[in-house]
Amino acid sequence: MTMLEITDELLARHKLTRAEYAEIERILGRPPNLVELGIFSVMWSEHCSYKSSKIHLKKLPTEAPWVVCGPGENAGVVDIGDGLVAVFKMESHNHPSFIEPYQGAATGVGGILRDVFTMGARPVALLDALRFGDPKAPRMRHLVAGVVAGIGGYGNCVGVPTVGGECTFHPAYDGNILVNVMCVGVARADRVFYARAAGVNNPVVYMGAKTGRDGIHGATMASAEFSEADGSLRPTVQVGDPFTEKLLIEACLELMETGCIVAIQDMGAAGLTSSSFEMAARGGTGIELDLDAVPLRETGMSAYEIMLSESQERMLLVLECGREAEAEAIVRKWGLDVAVVGRVTDSGRMVIRHRGEVVADLPVAPVSGASPVYERPFERTPRPLPLVAEALGGPVDARSALLRLLGSPDLSSKRWIFEQYDWLVGCDTILPPGLGAAVVRVHGTKKALALTTDCTPRYCRADPREGGRQAVAEAWRNLVAVGARPLAITDCLNFGNPERPAIMGQLVDCIEGMAEACRALDFPVVSGNVSLYNETDGRAILPTPQVGGLGLIEDVARLVRPDAARAGDRLVLLGESTGWLGASLYLREILGREDGAPPPVDLALERRNGELVARLLAAGAVRACHDLADGGLAVAVAELCLAANVGAVLEPAPADASEAGWLFGEDQGRWLLAVPPARLPELLAAATASGVLARPVGTLGGDALTLGRHPPISLEELRSVREGWLPAWMDGTA
Amino acid sequence: MRAAVITFPGSNCDRDLAVAMETCFGRPVARVWHADSELPPVDLVGLPGGFSWGDYLRSGAIAARAPIMAAVRRHAERGGYVLGICNGFQILTEAGLLPGALIRNAGLRFVCRPVRLSVVNRNTPFTAAYGAEPITIPVAHHDGNYVIDPEGLARLEGEGRIAFRYLDNPNGSTADIAGVLDARGRVLGLMPHPERAVEPLLGGVDGRPLFASLLSAIDGGGRP
Repeated sequence: MTMLEITDELLARHKLTRAEYAEIERILGRPPNLVELGIFSVMWSEHCSYKSSKIHLKKLPTEAPWVVCGPGENAGVVDIGDGLVAVFKMESHNHPSFIEPYQGAATGVGGILRDVFTMGARPVALLDALRFGDPKAPRMRHLVAGVVAGIGGYGNCVGVPTVGGECTFHPAYDGNILVNVMCVGVARADRVFYARAAGVNNPVVYMGAKTGRDGIHGATMASAEFSEADGSLRPTVQVGDPFTEKLLIEACLELMETGCIVAIQDMGAAGLTSSSFEMAARGGTGIELDLDAVPLRETGMSAYEIMLSESQERMLLVLECGREAEAEAIVRKWGLDVAVVGRVTDSGRMVIRHRGEVVADLPVAPVSGASPVYERPFERTPRPLPLVAEALGGPVDARSALLRLLGSPDLSSKRWIFEQYDWLVGCDTILPPGLGAAVVRVHGTKKALALTTDCTPRYCRADPREGGRQAVAEAWRNLVAVGARPLAITDCLNFGNPERPAIMGQLVDCIEGMAEACRALDFPVVSGNVSLYNETDGRAILPTPQVGGLGLIEDVARLVRPDAARAGDRLVLLGESTGWLGASLYLREILGREDGAPPPVDLALERRNGELVARLLAAGAVRACHDLADGGLAVAVAELCLAANVGAVLEPAPADASEAGWLFGEDQGRWLLAVPPARLPELLAAATASGVLARPVGTLGGDALTLGRHPPISLEELRSVREGWLPAWMDGTA
Repeated sequence: MRAAVITFPGSNCDRDLAVAMETCFGRPVARVWHADSELPPVDLVGLPGGFSWGDYLRSGAIAARAPIMAAVRRHAERGGYVLGICNGFQILTEAGLLPGALIRNAGLRFVCRPVRLSVVNRNTPFTAAYGAEPITIPVAHHDGNYVIDPEGLARLEGEGRIAFRYLDNPNGSTADIAGVLDARGRVLGLMPHPERAVEPLLGGVDGRPLFASLLSAIDGGGRP
């Protein structure tokens, strides 16, 4: 091995500090060569090692009787009964999507799909949570168009329906958009696969696409801040091939049926390096790798490039010794490359050979498990003062305020986006996108999975702890609202530079808030991802702890459809209203202010109200159910009316309430129920018995929405305003 | 009724089509691999939707040259029934079993939504069970814009070979064409997905009459 001169420049290119380098020398008892330095660089990157977040992530609850596998594997696994499990995870692809939106988003979909089918599950649904910048910012239309086309281009081709998600806009994302994709799969409980290399002398097998020079150092890129000049980073963005991914899914699931697989892991961030090290580390074994056997796309690739390539659609497997030919026949049938590239050993070392030489010889455990862990200094965000209602002053033109809210970028219909996704393939999508939680039937059964993604970043910025609690609570509510039992969440924690104490404080507070809500609602975290350094030129994004929730509907006949309300149904508001306008969408969109404390989340109340709603839904007392979120009561009523295509009359604000607060306040733990009149007395009695405030606030009927004493708004106008903004903006006419 | 569904690399509606056929026919459906050179003895062959060979080169172009397609051609020449949906329609035009071609949607974007169709010719083995009312069936495609030269169009119209037309054209297709038949009326290609509209839970059942029509055409003695 040749001696390497360790310069500041070399370490900077590998995003390693002098202290981290000193630790590498201590571990090895010698200086590393370039291949080894590259391996340490990616394995110890923020993206792979979670070195800034690890000590705080431990605060999240990860267990429940229905949790089969929590964080640490490729994806989380929960029991859904009858011998089946749901496997799910969410992951970010923020930096690549900002550089090259189509491929960045497409490969984000590819990566999260692999995390799920690696575990033996057939992927059955995708959701995407997107955060873009100010619609007026340069490149923003291009970014939206590219990201949406990329998600569709990949998901549509692999044949996994994209059934839901969110898309909002804020100037804080101008230089750093967020693309978070969640994938859900279903597997047999007795056939879940883990990434633990075992069995000395078992073959290590490479399958899938060939290795090229693309995406080298993607994981380290994902762990650095941006500057505007980083268009030059484009070569570190990988290029996806969804056709190969589709073949890989089918080949893997067919291989898994044979029982010849001991361990399997996809080559995602940091490619062959992370997959081999992680499998050996989890199995407590070693691996000998022969890079001359790796299928290559181009000639003359160095060991450094082969180990760090992030070429897509590749898997690493450990097979039972002697079953290579059987496996090869299946992989070849699907037209994919397959090669034995190594053997499992009991040495605890990764020994890598290339062109007859040992090019790296590293102890597995320290590279994989002993990455530095930072207890970074943090400053908690000062808690903002609640807004004083009088300060908001003046009467409200409720009619025009509602129309402006429905036509705002955040609340406007996302039809332009979801119609570019095949949300129907698989013939199991029961609730289409755009209504609330998505619902996908478990193929061949009566069960269904309810899925949602949630986070309110403006709450998280105002008060990260409340924001963290709210993100979890809203996901829980969205699942309850369709009649599902919430089971668990995955998360994607998107923050700025953790080396800044204020940003680190946001991360710590959001995690602690999420942990409180997860505990209070029995809604553990089973998988997730952390994306830090979401900054451009020192401007950080809003703290965005994106939550992806999964719930179970035992029998699709019990589904409560958000569009099932009918004329004559009474509208019932359940939960306490104080008219909370701090950090609300009304404040931002109508009054042009983004201040004040966000609505507090009382977790005991949240649970009590939600459990009552679940009982009422199960008893069939409710025709349709919406939780109250952005834009409060008025927006919830408008959305319920549009979903069911029926008008409503909403009673005027109570005498003691401000009208703006009544209509647009965002107090948490609240629900809007459409109730057949005959069931109303029973429903109100049940609420009283549970100590929950429930009040009739209106009646459905006609073809217009009337807010108290204001003139009616026709459904047609509501619909055209809500549907209008996004297509008009994309056409350049908004 | 003996039916088969072919799987090409990249097909992704093969299972959905087989399930819909099994539901509507009440009989198991054979699954056939693209690399096979013979079909099992069947009355109906289904070419499913998806992205065969990743839509590389042109949608359906590579699959049209798969080994199994020679057998599908012989099946059609013998008067056997062929149903090509979405990518299956693209494959049939690329194979020359149906006229015209399917190019990129006029809007240039993938489009997935339920669309309303008129059943133009109700006197075919694929449509006899439909009534006069418009039907609603979802589309999901990027390359669904049907093009054909004026002479070809006149022939299709004159021979009653336009099976379905869009009532609100989602892709710019010539003459709003959503589905066409071959000269003998035994091969149908259409962009909408009838297999996605056979269950009320999934939003509609307007795909069922297509499968019911085939069942009665084949089991009712329609086969030569």
